[in-house]
Order: sequence, then structure tokens, then C-alpha cells
Amino acid sequence: MEAELVYIGLAALFGIFMAWGIGANDVANAMATSVGSKALTIKQAILVAAVFEFLGAVLAGGEVTSTIRKGIVDADLLSDSPELLIYGMLASLLAAGTWLFIASKNGWPVSTTHSIVGAIVGFAAVGIGIDAVQWGQVGTIVISWVVSPLTAGFIAYLIYRSVQRLILRQDDPLAKAKRYVPVYIFFAAFTITLVTILKGLQHVGLTISLRDSYILATAIAVGIALIGAFAIRRIQPDKKAEKHQHFYTVERVFGILMVVTACGMAFAHGSNDVANAIGPVAAVVSVAQNGVITAKAALPIWVLMLGGIGIVIGLATYGRHVIATVGKKITQLTPSRGFAAELAAATTIVIASGTGIPISTTHTLVGAVLGVGMARGIEAIDLRVVARILVSWVVTIPAGAFLAVVFFFIFKTILP
Amino acid sequence: MTGSFPKALWYDGTTNQGRIGRTKMTNVLANIFGSSPVQPLERHIEIAFRCAKQLRAFFAAAVEGNWDQAVVVRNEIEKLEHEADDLKKNIRLRLPKSLFMPVPREDLLELLLVQDKIANRTKDVSGIVLGRKMQIPPAIAEQFLEFVDRNIDAAKQARKSVRELDELFTSGFRGAEVDLVSALIEELDQIETDTDDKQAALRAALFAIEDTLNPVNAVFMYQVIELTGEIADMAERVGRRLELLLSH
Repeated sequence: MEAELVYIGLAALFGIFMAWGIGANDVANAMATSVGSKALTIKQAILVAAVFEFLGAVLAGGEVTSTIRKGIVDADLLSDSPELLIYGMLASLLAAGTWLFIASKNGWPVSTTHSIVGAIVGFAAVGIGIDAVQWGQVGTIVISWVVSPLTAGFIAYLIYRSVQRLILRQDDPLAKAKRYVPVYIFFAAFTITLVTILKGLQHVGLTISLRDSYILATAIAVGIALIGAFAIRRIQPDKKAEKHQHFYTVERVFGILMVVTACGMAFAHGSNDVANAIGPVAAVVSVAQNGVITAKAALPIWVLMLGGIGIVIGLATYGRHVIATVGKKITQLTPSRGFAAELAAATTIVIASGTGIPISTTHTLVGAVLGVGMARGIEAIDLRVVARILVSWVVTIPAGAFLAVVFFFIFKTILP
Repeated sequence: MTGSFPKALWYDGTTNQGRIGRTKMTNVLANIFGSSPVQPLERHIEIAFRCAKQLRAFFAAAVEGNWDQAVVVRNEIEKLEHEADDLKKNIRLRLPKSLFMPVPREDLLELLLVQDKIANRTKDVSGIVLGRKMQIPPAIAEQFLEFVDRNIDAAKQARKSVRELDELFTSGFRGAEVDLVSALIEELDQIETDTDDKQAALRAALFAIEDTLNPVNAVFMYQVIELTGEIADMAERVGRRLELLLSH
């Protein structure tokens, strides 16, 4: 059993390192908009991120974790030599972690998801054989990487358009904001709660019927909307600030909404990205414990919690500075714009997480921001940066794959 | 976003590229936003207006023949004109073609150009008056100061209109905000028409007394009136440029 402990220990170490990296860097994307628009203070943002990233990882991260764990590599081919899967998953974790480290050192906008999927496909195709990769599933994932930013962009466009029409272009935008923002809060809360209940809770051992799920989600969303409406009623117009900026108080109303969408975004991020770090860990743990590859083995809850804890440590050690820095740079994303982008991205991500598709949260958010831009909502978007994102998208997959292959053969040689 | 002008946000002499280079751990979301030209444009018209506003004190000193005071005011005008010029260059540098904006980049650059001319004309006219230590004929002094004031009013109205830029961007150039800006521009047009009337009356008054003046001085006086009037013309053109933005 010595070797198994080494495997599990290494996997946990690499997994928590990756989760730490995600907490340190990636979470900023989910939270910085709220800080930048002053809807939340840094401390509140850290708290919201810690709680909802953790909840997202534990409650809704299960599907994506199992895709990463057993959806990409065809485990049947490995039943004679299960240790190969362990080497491969360890190699993938290390490869993705290394690539992310190199990329963030150089300022390349790469995605955790793309690195880990590239790494797993790489070790499986080269280390084991082309047939070991479930190409159908991989194809679905790659298509989703194109579809998810587009979907988020389209939703964001529609949401921001509706905000313009219902509120910003009206004669009395403040009254309109106070009327409609609780409705947006309801939709934000409803979508995220529903997907969590439908897709997430079974992983923590709860099953609720479809009808009850809808009722429960509606009840929770109404509750949150009521709390929001109460907070909104307390906002008084600031006549002095409005002399400079007519939308000053209106934006503060949207700030309340943004608190809700920020929670949703953190939750969505936790559900998708933590799973990337934790999926390979889950694979290693299940093989090491059982000695065989069992497709049916339940996902140990402590593995998900490991990811959640890693993210929170990342947030506390390094993430807060990144959030503060990014928050200062994205002042263009005012609450009315930011919520549209966040809500669209969070919805897209949570639905993808529910179906077990690992997508890139950052790229989805970028797609959503572009969607708001298409609705003439953003003052200036630098298309060169968007182009760089596309390039890094293409480079990351072979890079992750290459590193994973190298690490795979090293592990195969040195590990017992 | 508040209406105050956060200086550090933009007008700090750095370029966006520099920022990307310096921070090693770059963030996609932070960099995807280009430098928004909106706050800087609002800041620029603020400076241009403050520059034009100095003409009141400048001509008051000139009418009294207090040239020491005129020099002080003129220095302030030069300083503000420089500031506007620097900001103009800065804005241009940060509006690369790769920016995706709700309105054409060219229209914003044109707006910037006419805003800047308000400060330029102020500098030109104060330069001529100070350089020649021009005595404003006492007979038309009061009327002339009124004319100057009205031109400053036009610059002020231009500032008020440009200050609506961020609200226009927020509402996507549609709806109630557009009506508000249209009304502001209409008022700006009325002020400009008023300066035209005053300018005509002033020229007539100057014509009536020009035989009593040194001919060279008389010619320059006409030119000073002409240049001062161009401040309101430029303010009106700011309005025209804004109107073009509204039609997108």
C-alpha cells in the first residue's frame, strides 16, 4: 500500500497547488468587477468568493470532475495496467500547473481548462495510444469552448439591451431601476439555484424530484429577490453626485444586483474550474484505493473539498491583491454593464458545469463582455487583446499536451 | 463611475502598453478594456473651458491698462492651453485603430480637435492683445467685455454638453439622454447666434469710431473681435460633433 499513499499524496499536493493557482489568479475575474464598481469592498469580495467558490466546487463541481476523471481517457484500455492512468493524471496536473505558471509569468491569457484537457489528451494519445482518447467527448468539449463564449456573449447582449430599453433610456431611470432590478435578481438567483439543485445536489447525496426542484429554486430566488428589493428601497438618490453623473444612484441600485451576480459568478467558477484541478486527483485516488479502474466509483467528497480549500488559500494569500489590481483597471465595467456580463457568463458556465462540460470561465466572461460591447455598452474594447486570447487558446492545448507527455514518461520511469 | 475626473486613471503620462509590460501577472479581463476616451474627453473640455474663462480677467486687465495683471492671466492661459494640448496628444495616442467602440473613432478625434481649438483661439487672441499692449477703445470697452462674456458662455455650454458623454455611452446613444443632449446643443446654438449678433453690433460700433483710432490698432481690433468670436464658433462646432455622435 506504500505506493498508493505516495500516489494519493502526490495527487493531493499537485491538485491543491493547481487549486491554489486558480484561487490566486482566476478568481479575480469573477470578483474584480464587483470590487471595481464598488459594489463590494475587497474584504467582502474575498468572503463572497471564499464561500461561493467553495460551495460551487462542492455542490456543483461533481459533473465536470467526473468528465475530467473518466470522460476523456478510455479506461477500458487501461484495465490491465491501472498505474498508467495514475502516472498520466499526475503528469497532467503537473503539466497544466507548470504551463499556467509559465503563462502567468509571461502575461499570456491562458485557460486552466484548456491546459488540463490538453494535458490529459496529450498523455493519453502519446503515452497510451490514439485509441485511448475518447475523441467524441473531446470533440464535444472543444466545440463547447467555441460555443460557450458565443452563448455568453449573446445572452449578455440580450440582457444589456433589455436594461437599456427598460431602464437606462427612460425618463426616470431610477424609478425604473428600482422596479426592474429585483426581477433581474430573481432570474439570476433562479438560474443558478436551479442548475445547482438539478445537477449538483446528487453528488452530496441529495435527490429532489424535478417538480420540487423548480418549486425550491423559485422559492429561494423569490427570497433573494425580496432581500434585494429591500436593500434597493433603502438607496436614496444622491443629488450632488447625480449632478455630475445622472446614473449615479441608478448604478448603485445595479450594485445590489451585482452582489448577487458576483456570488453566482464565484459559484459558477468554483463549479467548473475547481473541478479541473480536482478531476485528476479524483481519478488517482479512485484507482489507487481500489487497485482497478472502476468507472462507477463514487467521487469522494473530501476531494472536492480539497479543491475548495485550495482556492480559498489562493484567494487569501495572493488573490486579494490581484482582485484589487484588476478592480482598479476595469472601471468601464459599471454595475449595469458588469452585471449583464456576469449574469450571462455565470448562467452559461453553470449550465455547462451541470452537463459536465469543462469550459473556460475566463473566456466565457470575455465573450460576455464583448456581448455587452456589441450592445454599444462599453466605451472601448481592445481587439488586440481579444486576438491574443484567441492565439493563446490555440497554443495552450499542444503546450499542455507536450508537457504532459514529458512528465508522463518521467513518472513512468521514476515512480514505483 | 462618478462624474468627477479621476486624474490618476488616465492622465498620468503612462501608456497602456507600458502597463501591460510592467505587470508580470497580467489579467485578461483587465487588459481587454482599452483606455476609454470618455473621461479624458470630458476632462479636456473642462481644461479648454477654464482656459477660455481666463479671457474675462485678461480683458478686464487690458481695458484698465493693467499689463502686469494681464501677464499673470496670460501665463495661466498658456499653462492651460499646454495642458489641453498634452491631454489631446495623450488621448490620440491611446485611441489605436484596434479599439472597438460604439461610435466611430474619427468622430471622437474630430470632437477632440474642435475642443482643443477653444483653448487655441484663447491663446491666440490673448497673445495679440498682450504683444501689442492693445488699448481697447473706451467707447466700446463695455460692449466688448459683454461680447467676451457671451463667448465664454458658449464654451461653458459646450462643456456642459460634452459632460454628458459618459451618460450617452451608458444609454447607448438612445432615449431620454439623447433628448437631453439635443436640448443642450440647441441652447448652445442660441448662445452662438447671440455672440454673432453681438459681434456684428460691436463691429458697427468700432466702425463708427475707427477714424479716431490709430489705423493699425483699428485693424488689429477687428482681428481681436474676429478671433474672440471664433471661441463661440468652436463651441458650436463641439455641439455639431456631439450631434453627429447622437445620430449613430
